[in-house]
Amino acid sequence: MSVHDLEKIFQDKIDNEVRIEPKDWMPEKYRQTLIRQISQHAHSEIVGMLPEGNWISRAPSLKRKQILIAKVQDEAGHGLYLYSAAETLGISRDEMIEQLHSGKAKYSSIFNYPTLTWADMGAIGWLVDGAAIMNQVPLTRASFGPYSRAMIRVCKEESFHQRQGFESLLVLSKGTEEQRAMMQDAINRWWWPSLMMFGPHDTESTNSEASMKWKIKRFSNDELRQRFVDMIAEQVKLLHMTLPDPDLKWNEERKHYDFGVIDWDEFWNVVNGNGPCNKQRLDARKKAWEDGEWVREAAVAHAEKRRDRLQKAVA
Amino acid sequence: MDLFRKYFYGDYDAIKGGSNNSQPVEQKETQAIQPIENIEWPLWEIFIRSKQGLDHKHVGSLHAADAHMAVENARDVYTRRLEGVSIWVVESKFIHASNPDEAESFYEPANDKVYRHPTFYDLPDELTHM
Repeated sequence: MSVHDLEKIFQDKIDNEVRIEPKDWMPEKYRQTLIRQISQHAHSEIVGMLPEGNWISRAPSLKRKQILIAKVQDEAGHGLYLYSAAETLGISRDEMIEQLHSGKAKYSSIFNYPTLTWADMGAIGWLVDGAAIMNQVPLTRASFGPYSRAMIRVCKEESFHQRQGFESLLVLSKGTEEQRAMMQDAINRWWWPSLMMFGPHDTESTNSEASMKWKIKRFSNDELRQRFVDMIAEQVKLLHMTLPDPDLKWNEERKHYDFGVIDWDEFWNVVNGNGPCNKQRLDARKKAWEDGEWVREAAVAHAEKRRDRLQKAVA
Repeated sequence: MDLFRKYFYGDYDAIKGGSNNSQPVEQKETQAIQPIENIEWPLWEIFIRSKQGLDHKHVGSLHAADAHMAVENARDVYTRRLEGVSIWVVESKFIHASNPDEAESFYEPANDKVYRHPTFYDLPDELTHM
C-alpha cells in the first residue's frame, strides 16, 4: 500500500472518530507532534509539583497539609500516566527525562513563577488548575487512544484540585484584612500567566492547524481562553475580589467578557528560559534525578538478589 | 507598605524589593547532562480488578525493578482513590498481540456469520420466554 493510501485510511479513521492505537500506521509528523505534546504535558505535571511542594511544610493546618500532599501526589501520578502514553509512541522514559533536563523539551511556563504566599496555593488551584482543566477536558477525546485514556484519568482527579483551591480562597475571603490583601495579591500575580497558559493567539499558533485536522486538539487557543475568562470573571465575584484587568467587561453583543491585551513579550521571555524561576525549576529536577540515582541502582540490585534467592529455592 | 509578608523560601530570590526574610539561594553550577548509562527499569502492564466479581482490566503501564515493586507502584499510581481490590502486573515484553495491519483478514471469518446472533431468527410475537 502506498503512503498516500495509508494516510487516507488514517485520516478516514480520525474523521469517523475511530481512535488511533499505538501499533496502527500513523504519519511520522503525527507521532512526533504527539510525542512533543504528551511529553511536554508530562513534564509540566512533574515540574508543577515544585511550586506547591514549596508550601507543604508551611501549610497553615494539618488538613491543608494533607490536601496539598494529596494534590502533589496526584500530579506525580498524572506525569506517570502521560509518560506511559508517550512511551507507546516509541520514545523511552529516559530519553524524555534527558530532553527535559537539557532544555530540549519544554514544560508549561506557568510553573516558572514563584509561589510567594499561602494564598498562591488557592490561586493556583483555582486559576492554574482551572485553566488546565479547560485545556484538558477536550483532550479526553484526543484521537490517540493512550493519550485520551490518560487524560480521562487525569481529568477525573483534577476536579478536586480546582475545588480545593477555590474553597481555600473562600476561607481566606472570610478572613482578616491581611488575608484578603494576600489573596488579592495572589490573584493579581496569577491572572495573566493563567491566560497565557492557553498559548499564543490562533493567528500566531504554529502547531494548531495540523493538530485540529488530526483531532489532537478540538478547540482553538483563543476559544478556550475566552471560555476561561467568562468562567473566572463570574467566579471571582463570590470571593469579593477583582481581576487585575481594567478592560475586563461584559460585552452584551458578543455574550462574552472582553479583556485586555496579554503581554506576549513576557510570555515568550518565560518560554525561552528567562522567567523568574526557570533555572531553579530545572536545577531542582536535575538534582532530584541525580540524588535518586543510588535508589534506582539499589532497587535493581535488590530485585536481582530477590530473583536469585527465588531461583535457589526452586532449584 | 505591605500588609502581609511574602516568602521567598527555597523558591525564588530575584524579585527586586522583595521580602525582608528572603535568603539568597545558593546557586549550584549547572552540571552537564550525564549520558544515559543506566538501563531503564523494565516496563510493566497493569491490570486492576475494581471490585470482587469483575474482570481485571488494563489501566496503563509503569516502570519497576521487579514484580513486587510493580505491584506497589501500581497501588500508588492507579488506586489512590480505592479504584481497585486486586492488581495484576505483567512485564510488557511478555504481552503478545494480534497485528493491526492484518486485522481485516484476521477477523474476517466472523464477518459473514450473522446467524450467530439471536436477532438473526425471526420468530412469532406470540412466542414468549425466549
